[in-house]
Amino acid sequence: MATAVMTSLDTKSRSASRGMSDIRIRNLFIIPTILFLIVFNIFPLIYSLGYSFTDFRASSNAPANFVGLQNYRALLNDPFIWLNFAITAKYVIISVTGQVIVGFGTAMLLNRDIPLKGLLTTLLLLPMMLSMAVVGLFWKLLYDPSFGIINYTFGLGSFEWLSNPDMALYAVAITDIWMWSPFVMLLSLAGLSAVPKHLYEAAAIDRAGPFYTFFRITLPLVAPILMIAIIFRTMEAFKTFDLAYILTSQPTTEVISIRLYKMAFQEWQTGRSCALAYIVLIMVLAITNIYVKYLNKVKER
Amino acid sequence: MAAVQTRSERALNRIAIAAVLVITLIFLAPIYWITATAFKPRNLATTIPPTVLFEPEISPFVKLFTKRSQLREAPAPEEYAAAPWWERMVFDGGEKIVRSGRGEVQPSGYPNRFMNSLIVAITSTVLAVGMGTFTAYGFSRFRVKGEADLLFFILSTRMLPPVVVAIPMFLMYRVVGLNDTHWGLIILYTAFNLSFSVWLMKGFIDEIPKEYEEAALVDGYTRMQAFFKIVIPEAATGIAATAVFCFITAWNEYAFALIMTNRRAQTAPPFIPSQVGSGLPDWTVIAAGTFLFLLPVAIFTFLLRNHLLRGMSFGAIRK
Repeated sequence: MATAVMTSLDTKSRSASRGMSDIRIRNLFIIPTILFLIVFNIFPLIYSLGYSFTDFRASSNAPANFVGLQNYRALLNDPFIWLNFAITAKYVIISVTGQVIVGFGTAMLLNRDIPLKGLLTTLLLLPMMLSMAVVGLFWKLLYDPSFGIINYTFGLGSFEWLSNPDMALYAVAITDIWMWSPFVMLLSLAGLSAVPKHLYEAAAIDRAGPFYTFFRITLPLVAPILMIAIIFRTMEAFKTFDLAYILTSQPTTEVISIRLYKMAFQEWQTGRSCALAYIVLIMVLAITNIYVKYLNKVKER
Repeated sequence: MAAVQTRSERALNRIAIAAVLVITLIFLAPIYWITATAFKPRNLATTIPPTVLFEPEISPFVKLFTKRSQLREAPAPEEYAAAPWWERMVFDGGEKIVRSGRGEVQPSGYPNRFMNSLIVAITSTVLAVGMGTFTAYGFSRFRVKGEADLLFFILSTRMLPPVVVAIPMFLMYRVVGLNDTHWGLIILYTAFNLSFSVWLMKGFIDEIPKEYEEAALVDGYTRMQAFFKIVIPEAATGIAATAVFCFITAWNEYAFALIMTNRRAQTAPPFIPSQVGSGLPDWTVIAAGTFLFLLPVAIFTFLLRNHLLRGMSFGAIRK
């Protein structure tokens, strides 16, 4: 695939007569990367596609037997897998909604004449740069029912967060909202600062109320960039593994990535986990496709 | 904002400032708590009410770097007196530092994991940014058939869930013996960051006027010389920003490291949580390890602050 693309010639180049031709340079610059990604990203996926039709177990020496579509059929008929998807969907909705409310709200507040705006913005962005796994771990102490500062600060007594099956998913989502609202805020700020000032002035002259101004001017103009943030966060929340895996081991927080990890590396159902990986992969590619289409649309403007 | 502000607008502004301050404090509270706990004696880490004011000490860091065992009885006075100040801190906490037969202090698992993190993150960053810059230049300056599709292909490799990629990689690494090696992780992180690096660098190179190189070509430079002597220096800021982003991603990565390494090449992210095993964990030591691990990223975030928007959106949104 890579070489077929590289055959169009750029003969009019001035430097074609000296040194390496442009075509050779272009191929030298692009092909290694494409090959690298094919070998380390595409080839493994082909490899696992093969295994997804077998009953292979990486923990045993037994050879893999071809079982056709049985893995896929079993997975799609397994109510527990659907439960994992439902948990994932619930998590995505809670966490992305929270991030949009907190992130966009903070951006609206920051989009004013505020002293030390630059410093405050940078400080607010800090959580999203940190390691989810390492910082997530520390939230275990913050959530601790007896000496966590969250219960102490909000006067919740010895409220159980992580060991309560009904609460654990919310606790993970709250940590995720803490980490990633800054991302929504960052993108929203970019969108808000791009709204032309004269629109607001015109609205003020027309005595438009704050709600009218927000819904008719601010929101429509920020919507595309906010949409990018939402799709991107949806994609990431759908793939989430680190936080939920580290914070709790409740069955109610077993999102699809954790199920996949357990199936592959704890139960060693290698063949079946490859099939599940493919089901997840197709879903992620669908969301990615939407994301990239949207990116290109926004870029064109 | 209009030059003339009404009284209600000024009041509104004041409310907004107060709200922003409160939000910032809430957002920074967990990070402050990590930092504070890293400098607390163990008995103050888990108190009710939480200890806010205390005399900071560095015993958590001494404990972080050394292997310790529980003291069954208080150390002999002469042993205590002969010990250096940092060892006494450990004695005071009811533990003692494990020494080898020749009296050398035994290190904990942490320094080793920290070094692994450095090796893996730095090497993979150099590879991803190096290859990414070349490829980005290729896409930026030459006509490539199916460019949009190829760029989408490059991006989509980054979007795959780590566990999905990890299953076949684990099986392949097992065959070639790359499990639990630095190179195994370096290759994975390079592949992961390469797409990001191409997208971001393409944005930076697109902004360098083509005329610069064309003038150089007229002056007798070859395309290669023009690339190294004109494009690379012009793109230096972009290269630095991309490198920092790649470093942070590799530094923070957890899932691949958890699956692909267990002892020799283990990085800090899977190691730090593994310390919270059974029983009562010593949160001061975990906080100290977390603090040291987060420090480089916090510094980089400040250095990067003007490029964060571009980096977090794959270069799609520029300012």
